[in-house]
Amino acid sequence: MNKINSYSTGLVAALAVFFGLLVGAIIMLVSGFNPVTGYISLIQSALGSSLNIGEVLRAMTPLVLTAAGFLVAQSAGFFNIGLSGQVWVGWIASTWFVLANQGMNPWILIPVAVIIGALGGAIMGFIPGWLRAQFGASEVITTIMLNYIALYGGNAIVQGLPNKMMATTDMTKTLDASDSLRWDFLSNLTGGSRLNIGFLIALIALLAIWFVMKRTTLGFEIRAVGLNPNAARYAGMSAKRNAITAMTISGLLAGLAGATEGLGTYLNIFSQSAAPQVGYDGMAVALLASGSFLGIIFAGFLFSVLSVGGLGMPLATGVPTELVSVVTASIIFFIGANYLIRLILVKLDEDDSKDKGKQKKHKTTKADQKEAK
Amino acid sequence: MSVETILQLVISSTLVYSAPLIFTALGGTFSERAGIVNVGLEGTMIMGAFAGVVFNLSFADQFGHATPWLGLVAGAVIGLIFSLIHAIATVTLRADHIVSGTVMNLMAPALGVYIIKLMYGKGQTSMISQNFGYWNVPGLSKIPFIGPILFTKTSSTAWVAIFIAFVAYWLLYKTRFGLRLRSVGENPQAADTLGLKVYTLRYAGVLISGVLGGIGGALFAQSIAGNFSASTIVGQGYMSMAAMIFGRWNPIGAMGAALFFGFSQSMAIVGAQLPVINQIPAVYLQVAPYVLTILILVIFFAKSKAPAADGINYIKSV
Amino acid sequence: MADEPIVLEMHNIVKQFGDFRANDEINLQVRRGQIHALLGENGAGKSTLMNQLSGLLQPTSGDILINGQKITVDSPAKAAELGIGMVHQHFMLMDAFTVTENIILGSEPVNGMKLDIKKASQDIKKLSEKYRLDVNPDALAGDISVGMQQRVEILKTLYRGADILIFDEPTAVLTPQEIDELMVIMRHLALEGKSIILITHKLDEIKAVADQVTVIRRGKSIDSFPVAGVSSQELADIMVGRSVSLYATEKSAARPKETVISLDHVTVKDSRGLTAVKDLSLDIRAGEVVGLAGIDGNGQSELISAMTGLMPTVSGKIMLNGKNIANKKPRQITEAGVSHIPEDRQRYGLELDMTLAENIALQTYYKRPLSKHGVLDYEEINKHARDLITKFDVRTVNELVPASSLSGGNQQKAIIARELDRNADFIIAAQPTRGLDVGAIEYIHQQLIYQRNANKAVLLVSFELDEILNVADRIAVISHGEITGIVNANETTKNELGLLMAGMSLDDARAQLAGE
Repeated sequence: MNKINSYSTGLVAALAVFFGLLVGAIIMLVSGFNPVTGYISLIQSALGSSLNIGEVLRAMTPLVLTAAGFLVAQSAGFFNIGLSGQVWVGWIASTWFVLANQGMNPWILIPVAVIIGALGGAIMGFIPGWLRAQFGASEVITTIMLNYIALYGGNAIVQGLPNKMMATTDMTKTLDASDSLRWDFLSNLTGGSRLNIGFLIALIALLAIWFVMKRTTLGFEIRAVGLNPNAARYAGMSAKRNAITAMTISGLLAGLAGATEGLGTYLNIFSQSAAPQVGYDGMAVALLASGSFLGIIFAGFLFSVLSVGGLGMPLATGVPTELVSVVTASIIFFIGANYLIRLILVKLDEDDSKDKGKQKKHKTTKADQKEAK
Repeated sequence: MSVETILQLVISSTLVYSAPLIFTALGGTFSERAGIVNVGLEGTMIMGAFAGVVFNLSFADQFGHATPWLGLVAGAVIGLIFSLIHAIATVTLRADHIVSGTVMNLMAPALGVYIIKLMYGKGQTSMISQNFGYWNVPGLSKIPFIGPILFTKTSSTAWVAIFIAFVAYWLLYKTRFGLRLRSVGENPQAADTLGLKVYTLRYAGVLISGVLGGIGGALFAQSIAGNFSASTIVGQGYMSMAAMIFGRWNPIGAMGAALFFGFSQSMAIVGAQLPVINQIPAVYLQVAPYVLTILILVIFFAKSKAPAADGINYIKSV
Repeated sequence: MADEPIVLEMHNIVKQFGDFRANDEINLQVRRGQIHALLGENGAGKSTLMNQLSGLLQPTSGDILINGQKITVDSPAKAAELGIGMVHQHFMLMDAFTVTENIILGSEPVNGMKLDIKKASQDIKKLSEKYRLDVNPDALAGDISVGMQQRVEILKTLYRGADILIFDEPTAVLTPQEIDELMVIMRHLALEGKSIILITHKLDEIKAVADQVTVIRRGKSIDSFPVAGVSSQELADIMVGRSVSLYATEKSAARPKETVISLDHVTVKDSRGLTAVKDLSLDIRAGEVVGLAGIDGNGQSELISAMTGLMPTVSGKIMLNGKNIANKKPRQITEAGVSHIPEDRQRYGLELDMTLAENIALQTYYKRPLSKHGVLDYEEINKHARDLITKFDVRTVNELVPASSLSGGNQQKAIIARELDRNADFIIAAQPTRGLDVGAIEYIHQQLIYQRNANKAVLLVSFELDEILNVADRIAVISHGEITGIVNANETTKNELGLLMAGMSLDDARAQLAGE
């Protein structure tokens, strides 16, 4: 029965995506749409023009950051559902700073604003980390509660900003492109999309966090604590300190994502009816990536294609945008229930070997060993 | 405002806001007593709300005042079906309980709004016509002072919820089914060696939570929200889960905690009508239930004891 | 005895797990009223065989006959129906349930829908009187003593009407005196007509209580014969399949030098805030092995935790080479010169999902050459691991496999390699051989003796008296968090240690033994 764990996570993830899309197709079919035209319109809306591709990469920016944040927390054994609230705080903090310091040299203003956004998220990540380390309060619940606190508290702050910053009661003025992360080069490259420097920040942050987690003593400790806190403590690591550090880094990355939303994508702040969806989507990206930093790029791209493409579906085919979220949830279901996929693979292999004899028995295990390295 | 009116207002609105939380928290208790962590209560409530509202809008003409009650049944049925996802994922397919619960919470609003858009052409339904109104408890409402405060213009469903909490306690602690259900949450392997059907019992726990969570959602939609959209249920499922923990995985405790959360939620709504409280900025009342949930977790979580095998998958050897 | 009818017969049982054959045509015959020992090393296939009898596993091939009838045991419920009951090694109890609830679970008396707790209590009382199994029916199972938990396990099987009782390593957690009581209970059960299968690798238990013994080695049944007239040495040889030295790891007399570690009136509280170690004092010198004997749960874990910084010391001093290390952080204590082979190797000793190399670096990853300025050097980490793997003979494919893929013995060797390589002055070895086979046990005992001969101070904590008597130079006995006596290993007996373990003072124990 060891065979069941011998398949590479990449293969399992790809099949989970396939099954998730299949669920979407079945739902379209049942509700009277043609799934083929549905998915074609999705892909066209996402990848049909350089503008759309630019928007896909733009949408990928916060997903990569939040997914990396989720992964860091997960390495330490935490389930950070609070990414949304952390994004929202980072968004408000960074954008507010630029609004409040109009006229400052952008070469100082923007980096400082990005850092402030990241710190805002970091504080929102620190709180549940500390509550968990100090009092044992489950981060699953505290982060969810903090999402609502951030949502309502943030809305109140936005509505309470000085009048000179506001366009309407619920929305601030729009930043000048020069006071933002926008870069004409990227925008022109992609047919005038909102793609911005945030995308580069996300890629650099992902690389940096990969290095920290896999190649430094700090990452080693966080992983050790997450995998077995008892053994980590035995080996002289502080489970509490590492828990707090991991959650803070996680929040920091989410705050960074918020800064790219405010300073790169929307260029303003407007009150929300729910905590930003990118937090939840980032979690989905990380789960699909199954612990791999490289996987975050693929998964982030896929989910960006789905979300950008989903917006175009109602116009082209009448399929409500929400179908995309159903597909996303289904993909995560199959990732969670990967045992099912592995069972199917075992079954397929057995049928295969009945046909062909036992030629290629150990192929998959080798691939897996490579991954383990 | 007289003290009596104030008390009457506070208590009746507390009961209205508590009732959905009580049902859902009881649901969570059954699931976790059987060893399955259920973060998906939020999603279950969303599907329950969806079912209740759609039923109410579709059949109000036929069933009149009985509609909201039948809407609860619709919520229960949809909740049951929806929770089957969680049961299959965690019990049969060995999925992580939190991942599976999160899937439910991502799935429910998307699925609900998708269908609503197809049915009504917009992402938000109209208001329902048949609500759970206020109700005077026959006989008891005539008691001087207590009658008007507790039993006049009150929520009938809240009293049903409180009654069900006691039934749930009896079921869990006094019956064979309850003993067996709790045993698979404490030590599934031991239960297995005694010939108990671990998987069946765990399914039962999750499905009961689906029924009760569905009722909770349908009740919230038909007594408080009045319609269905993506933002009908905003954290009530999570709050119910916190109530269950605060109530130490005990039905009576969960009910008590749910009453407390109902009170703090209702303050954000009726606070404006109350002296002193109406001086507090609305945002503080709005975030109060969530802050309280965290505080309560911090104070009680370390001391309360979850079922020993809560959240741990049981894999039968072959 | 030989005239009693055969109640159970297992015939040519084969159990295959993938490529691995755990049971290879095993045969077993048990008579009514017989105590039948099943002897074999860890991993020989005893538990697998018994799991097929109790319905947890199905045989790949072979027959099981009860009273001459061929049967299939496809579930634990079916086993209970057939009168087979198992007393598990790791008790199968719900800590949060009462004793009564634990016993009736799965065959509860009911009154309508309601549990009939009154009837259950009466039935249990009758059973416990008949079989002399004293329990407190209303206590929570998590709160009662280990001995009583075991009696609850026995009652669970009797309550279901078991005629064949399987005891899986029942004495692992008991004191010598409790073991004697268990032997009495087992004999009484046999007299009442119950058949007992005793799974064990302890030879003196077999000598003491069993009528018949069947030996299993590497999945095969080797032989079955009456116990009377067979020596322990013969049993050991047949169990292992070669001649083994029973109680003597070769060692010269100890030449202890200066005191390395000195516990001075140490008090420690357990995680619930109860005093677990009371005012305990003990010195260990360079060049000696001190054995800490005692029953599980008498403060050993808490004492080790305090000495290694995993738990606070409430009062007293722990002097290591003249410096107080009480209440220092684990890493400070490690660096001061303490090595710790933890009692639960998978829970504390290893990061099972990390590579073997990372596990070997677990205590030194932050130092040069394994890392520089906070950046890990995996080339050095892996090379360091390869060196130790060779030096300590850890059997593994390479250093990059996850630690979970190693066998128990090799996992323990990896821990020992990591801990001994640091050249610490003081070595704590807690339950270092639990669950290992004879070869690994010999190896580990030798390593501890080498360390002693290299002038290290060694503390060996074990529940196995044989191990302590075999390896230690001096033996300190702990009971209820206090040292009840310190004796020289070559001047004491198991009986004396047993009385000390039960809480008697050394003088009283000696007086009692002299009086017998």
